[in-house]
Amino acid sequence: MTDTSKPGFYEDAGATGTFLDANEMVLNMGPQHPSTHGVLRVILKLDGEKVLGTECIIGYLHRGVEKIAENRTYTMFNPYVDRMDYVASVSNGLGYCLAIEKLLNVEAPPRACYIRVILTELNRIASHQLWLGTHALDIGAMTPLFYTFRDREEILKIFEKYCGARLTTHAFRIGGTQYETYEGFEQDVKKFCKFVTPKIGEYEELLTTNRIWLQRTKGVGLISAEDAIAMGVTGPVLRASGVKWDLRKAQPYSLYEKFDFEVPIGINGDTYDRYLVRVAEMRQSLRIVEQAVDSIPEGPIMAKVPKVIKPPVGEVYVSIEAPKGELGYFVVSDGSTQPYRLRVRPPSFVNLQALDKMVRGALVADVVAVIGTLDIVLGEVDR
Amino acid sequence: MADETTPKDQPTPPQPEKPAETPAAKANAAAPTTEAKPAETPAAKADAATPPKPTAPAAAVAKPAAPAKPAGPTPQPWESEMTTTLKRQYGSGIKEASTYVGQKYMVVDPTVVYEILQLLRDDEQFDYLVDCTAVHYPNREQQFDVVWILYSFPRNERIRVKTMIKEGDAVTSATPIWETANWLEREVFDMFGIKFEGHPDLKRILLPDGWKGHPLRKDYGILQQDTEWVKINLGIESGQ
Repeated sequence: MTDTSKPGFYEDAGATGTFLDANEMVLNMGPQHPSTHGVLRVILKLDGEKVLGTECIIGYLHRGVEKIAENRTYTMFNPYVDRMDYVASVSNGLGYCLAIEKLLNVEAPPRACYIRVILTELNRIASHQLWLGTHALDIGAMTPLFYTFRDREEILKIFEKYCGARLTTHAFRIGGTQYETYEGFEQDVKKFCKFVTPKIGEYEELLTTNRIWLQRTKGVGLISAEDAIAMGVTGPVLRASGVKWDLRKAQPYSLYEKFDFEVPIGINGDTYDRYLVRVAEMRQSLRIVEQAVDSIPEGPIMAKVPKVIKPPVGEVYVSIEAPKGELGYFVVSDGSTQPYRLRVRPPSFVNLQALDKMVRGALVADVVAVIGTLDIVLGEVDR
Repeated sequence: MADETTPKDQPTPPQPEKPAETPAAKANAAAPTTEAKPAETPAAKADAATPPKPTAPAAAVAKPAAPAKPAGPTPQPWESEMTTTLKRQYGSGIKEASTYVGQKYMVVDPTVVYEILQLLRDDEQFDYLVDCTAVHYPNREQQFDVVWILYSFPRNERIRVKTMIKEGDAVTSATPIWETANWLEREVFDMFGIKFEGHPDLKRILLPDGWKGHPLRKDYGILQQDTEWVKINLGIESGQ
């Protein structure tokens, strides 16, 4: 013990390392923690409030989706994919259907593609809204949550009217879509676009120039473009680091090449830029939805697909730009009715790996901000 | 073929699933793609090789198989500058370089796979490791396929590198090449029990550390579990 009564005690203590020394501490965060967005456990190695390192413990939500796939037929497995990224289930379904269609060598008719694009982009907006609300709540801004959830509700209502489900929609089938649009679908979507455009401005009013928001997000969770690429990070996180790459542009699928939209990018690769990129993406998604709903062609919504889906022997990898990044399906067919192997390449899982790099040297409070900004869904991380 | 100019990864011209059924061509009739007429196919088959165009991801190569064959599309040889260089350098190390429905892949020998991955990243600009996974074939002598899916931002091109290994064999870890390989390889180890040499921290990732068995192997049943672990850690007889 250092005798603090003597003058100049701190000099002694510094020399012997008994007083002002670095005091490493290990702190457990989660798995039941409100700001880990599910059951993520992070072990933090701290020096005071400074983070020296992290280790993610995942798997609490592991359901063995890939094993289930091997024991179900192609059609039966379709609803399971909704349960991975459950806030963007439409995107999961689109990726899965495109992968099996590629194996089967069929293509969905244009009308089905347009319906798919409309719903997927609406789902992207819903996913980003949910992200924005919860991310702001983590950082301490409570109001945006109510704004975003109020507006997200309108999207869920459209989903519900279209296919009867709000979250796990199972909206698409292999070869197209099962349901024709309901009476008044176009008007509903147009009304929603008109309704939500000023609302996105409202979110921005609350946050973009908010001093507390700026201080909590600017320069926090930095990741350079090189690091992001090396870590395999995709989606808005990669774009916020300045890489202009979006699968919808790079390798268009489902007729995305017909729509006019921009790929917003950031400069600094910090939490604030990722916020700006996602808000800009919501606006771009609205642009796509408006174009699609205006030019939706008439025609069939299902391609000619056999009743029993039995793709020829072969393997394909098909990926799409999900709200969280590149969502890929690697499917191996042995010619039977069940996939021989189905691998899901989940964007959240890969993006989460970058957490350690992004929070080293930051403060504990920043860890919460960075987990939020990565926009992970544990259902998809663990599968 | 008309498809080559479109940016999209177009599927190959439609193929009948079964000779008795309506060809998928009818389904595609509405799609705005130009279809290859069946009459053209035999001629087109002769020059099935890919033109060496590294920037075009959609170099639609896979030509339809002979009309008599009811089986779907077959892998077609993939020839490009890259594959020729690699073949010259590694000879029999590259066992196969093909495309299947327009997707490129190569099968390489496990002894050279690390070098090839390194070379693909450094010289051929495949800077992004999309995924690393495995497939189990219990009836084969070399039981496992290990697959790396690569993407190149500058070339906008996607390829797969595949190698076959025996049960118990280890693969060299790709973590020094791409950091992202860390978790991906841990998952392969967790699910298949494939060891990666030189991995910084090879342990289970999704399943608990003490779990026995590797669930994505084909001999692991869907209801199977590590009952001992469940009893000790959860205090129940079965998780079912």
